[in-house]
Amino acid sequence: MIKRLRKQDAIFLLISFVVFAAFQFLISERILSSFWRLNIAVICLNIILASSLNLINGVTGQFSLGHAGFMAVGAYVSAVCTMFFHLPFICSILAGAAAAGVLGFCIGVPTLHLQGDYLAIATLGMGEIIRITILNIPQVGGASGMSGIPTETTFTWLFFCMIVTLFVLKNIINSNQGRACLSVRENDIAASAMGINTTEFKVFAFTVASIFAGLAGGLFSHYFGIAHPSSFTFMRSFDIMTMVVLGGLGSLSGSIIGAVILTFIAAAMQSYPEYRMIVYALLLIILMLYRPNGICGDKELVSVILGRFKKGGKHDGTVAENK
Amino acid sequence: MHGRSIRYGVLHIPIEIEGIRRGAIMLGDTLFLQFIQQLINGISLGSIYALIALGYTMVYGIMKLINFAHGDVYMVGAYVGFFAATAVRLPFFPSILLAMVVTGILGMAVERLAYKPLRHSPKIAILTTAIGVSLFLEYTTMLVLTPQPRTFPPLLPETIYTVGGLIVSFQQLVILVVSIILMILLTYVVNRTKMGKAMRAVSYDPDAAQLMGINVDKTISFTFFVGSSLAGAAGVLVGIYYNSIEPLMGIMPGMKAFIAAVLGGIGIIPGAMAGGLILGIVEALISGFISSTFRDAAAFAILIIILLIKPTGLLGKNEHEKV
Repeated sequence: MIKRLRKQDAIFLLISFVVFAAFQFLISERILSSFWRLNIAVICLNIILASSLNLINGVTGQFSLGHAGFMAVGAYVSAVCTMFFHLPFICSILAGAAAAGVLGFCIGVPTLHLQGDYLAIATLGMGEIIRITILNIPQVGGASGMSGIPTETTFTWLFFCMIVTLFVLKNIINSNQGRACLSVRENDIAASAMGINTTEFKVFAFTVASIFAGLAGGLFSHYFGIAHPSSFTFMRSFDIMTMVVLGGLGSLSGSIIGAVILTFIAAAMQSYPEYRMIVYALLLIILMLYRPNGICGDKELVSVILGRFKKGGKHDGTVAENK
Repeated sequence: MHGRSIRYGVLHIPIEIEGIRRGAIMLGDTLFLQFIQQLINGISLGSIYALIALGYTMVYGIMKLINFAHGDVYMVGAYVGFFAATAVRLPFFPSILLAMVVTGILGMAVERLAYKPLRHSPKIAILTTAIGVSLFLEYTTMLVLTPQPRTFPPLLPETIYTVGGLIVSFQQLVILVVSIILMILLTYVVNRTKMGKAMRAVSYDPDAAQLMGINVDKTISFTFFVGSSLAGAAGVLVGIYYNSIEPLMGIMPGMKAFIAAVLGGIGIIPGAMAGGLILGIVEALISGFISSTFRDAAAFAILIIILLIKPTGLLGKNEHEKV
């Protein structure tokens, strides 16, 4: 079991290295136009955001709509660190991620007692409160946002952070904690009867996801050089949620696929923003009506493929389908 | 109504309402007078929230679903009222009736097409669909009718009454009167008619209601019709009050009405009315005495506080979760 996981990890790292080398070559040789370079960066950011939201919405089965708020915290805290305190880039983004994590913990402890719909609205409200608070702090630019942030995020940074995120999340999902989170999703009464402190694991998932959302925020502000409150409205949370739902709740590879597909749709329809949102909306409705488990369901692409090769080898981690 | 006599009456002062309101705040002799003035403004805003909140609460009571698209139904109501008043040149009452009928049918259609097939799916699926419907309505309206805000025609005379230093506009009175009439009608329908009895039965226990020969589908459709038509009426009233409508106008009032519904106790009809009024008054006081930028944050803060202290709402009874 452990051997197989390690082997999977090795393959995973090898593939990601090859992908990285390929893209790095294309970017440094300027074969890709600036439009594609931008979109590749956005894809990396979206993969971080979607896979971390998946830990809350997919694996733990809670419904958070406040991811953009944590992203905003990461973006602003890291921007303040580089611009006002002149910290090195890596310290700033780590500080942003840590700040988002602390806030995620503080918000998670009270709100995660709530169930389903209430939690959705409460997290959405939290996200908006964060945004409105930032809007009212004149030191960070208020409504006009911060600009002139050093653009230190490169493709290497983005890719590296993305791989770290995916790796950490994957290991969490396959750990004891991940199993506990899955049991909370499947049936939280049964889980607590089995001695699992459900609130503890909900808060755990929420905090970890906020840390990565903060990381993505820090990378975001240092890639574009600006941080603006209007980048972190609940529409962004909806965007991220669409990616997770499209890919499949509970599937990391699904989140990657969802992020890639939706970023491409967004890029292709850049000049028709209304159509883009209509496509998103129809995608959400039709997916829920005809394929509520998304593209991948809650399975991982890797385990599906491995399952094909090793006949009878059960894929790990996932319990029966959602009811 | 008897708009004509008042339009040419002695009291007719055609000045923009918003200006008057600000003027009143500045000129208010005492803090107390200002307080009462904000209370009046809050009640008229709150009765609109209450009308929208009623739709949320009824739908939640019967289906346990937060209809995220409800705010957009309200926006459609405002547009229907706008076209009824400009293109067809209907006066106030026919416009509001037309808006109510159209939004009622829209609500029924949304339920039939998007929610009914998912009635037995996991909650997260229905919630996602509701967000999809909401985005679809917003951006389809934007595509068809352009994102530009439109000026709502003055369907009601902009008469201002001054009573002992307090300023009340004729529009505020109409908003209050129309809201009260609609709420009385709703209370009558729910408590005294056969359909209302069916609604209460379905919300108590859909399966048992079906066994008793109640047509659950029809009852849910009717609930959506009534709830959406109330939102449509609110849309027209807001259009008249603020003079301006745009495709995304439904997002914030929609969320605030939801907060109002939770505040009063979701699923409880008098609770939605009380919650709407309280929220409107709190918002008016905050924008009058602190800053209007914190208005939206205050609404969400109320939500989080009420969810933490008494999640069943002000008028709700505590229920223990059954295993």
